[in-house]
Amino acid sequence: MEHYLSLLFRAIFVENMALAFFLGMCSFLAVSRKVETAIGLGAAVIFVLAVTAPANYLIYTYLLQEGALTWVSPALADVDLSFLSFLAFIGTIAAMVQIVEMIIDKFSPTLYNVLGVFLPLIAVNCAILGGSLFLVERNYTLGESTVFGLGAGIGFALALIALAGIREKMRYSEVPGGLRGLGITFIVTGLMALGFMAFSGIQL
Amino acid sequence: MAAKTRKILLEPIFTNNPISMQVLGICSALAVTTKLETSVVMSMAVISVMSLSNLSVAILRNYIPPNVRIVIQLTIIASLVIITDQVLKAYAYDVSRQLSVFVGLIITNCIVMGRAEAFAMQNRPYPSLVDGFGNGIGYSLILITVGFFRELFGAGTLFDVQVLPLAAEGGWYVPNGLMVLAPAAFFLIGVFIWVHRSLYPDLQEEE
Repeated sequence: MEHYLSLLFRAIFVENMALAFFLGMCSFLAVSRKVETAIGLGAAVIFVLAVTAPANYLIYTYLLQEGALTWVSPALADVDLSFLSFLAFIGTIAAMVQIVEMIIDKFSPTLYNVLGVFLPLIAVNCAILGGSLFLVERNYTLGESTVFGLGAGIGFALALIALAGIREKMRYSEVPGGLRGLGITFIVTGLMALGFMAFSGIQL
Repeated sequence: MAAKTRKILLEPIFTNNPISMQVLGICSALAVTTKLETSVVMSMAVISVMSLSNLSVAILRNYIPPNVRIVIQLTIIASLVIITDQVLKAYAYDVSRQLSVFVGLIITNCIVMGRAEAFAMQNRPYPSLVDGFGNGIGYSLILITVGFFRELFGAGTLFDVQVLPLAAEGGWYVPNGLMVLAPAAFFLIGVFIWVHRSLYPDLQEEE
């Protein structure tokens, strides 16, 4: 239990997807103009990451890894399909996003209206694919993958909403012409990353 | 024709740079810029994937049904990235270890997808190839500049060769630890955009 808690904490704060690994930067910068939309995208990312991380874990362990196909037939024990992992992961993510979209549309039209535009965008959000690639690289187990996916999503959402809050306030500031818009957003994100670095080294 | 090709090639490098103007493809790249070597390898990977994906999409553009085009583009890009990854693992294993997941993340690099969608779907193969190449160069320009400054000031080296003698080894340069950390990449890109937009004032945003 403690182990999972520390993994969750690390995924949210120390190894923040957006601020420490620069993942999902495109949507991070594009959707952080307003807090409201930031919350929508944040919720969608948490949702999709928490679903795709364990799904891709299962696919990798039981289909792609070297010797993973032994359960089909012992003759396949030497088959190593791990070079296909990129293709399999991105396919799973795109399919998952589609399924999640349909489920939400069916059961919660209000939530669908909030997330609506962002769901398709998420298929090409590098934070999602990055999450799946990280869990393979770090040899997580199924439980760890789920916790990691959830934590990474929460961390991304947190950073996104915080940045949106800062940008809303910043509308009243005098920013030098060349820095206006994108430039100052980068500087602010850098300062936020600096702040998040204070979490590094904290162990639960 | 030559003038048009030149425009397609040069525009993304200066006035319509993929990173500082279109804000595309920042995702997978910043983390690899702590060293010049990884930046250069990453740039080459992106340039080749982008040129080839633009070329393939342009060749196939009349056969791709519009409603499944995103999936097809993703599959083309993912296949090209797998090839790049395998080549890197075969010929530059150490660098490919350092790049870790970021080679795979070229798939979701929005600039590759963005150019396939915005340019290659409407244009003939040759201009598309040039467009992919030009955007790749524009992207690399920023990547390599950032990598240059981060390695030079962060460790006093360039391509692992000591350029600034370190104080710890009897020289005069005290390395700036901030440079190798994540925030420095954001600051450098911010400053880069500032310089770029001050040179071309009509690119500035109204906000």
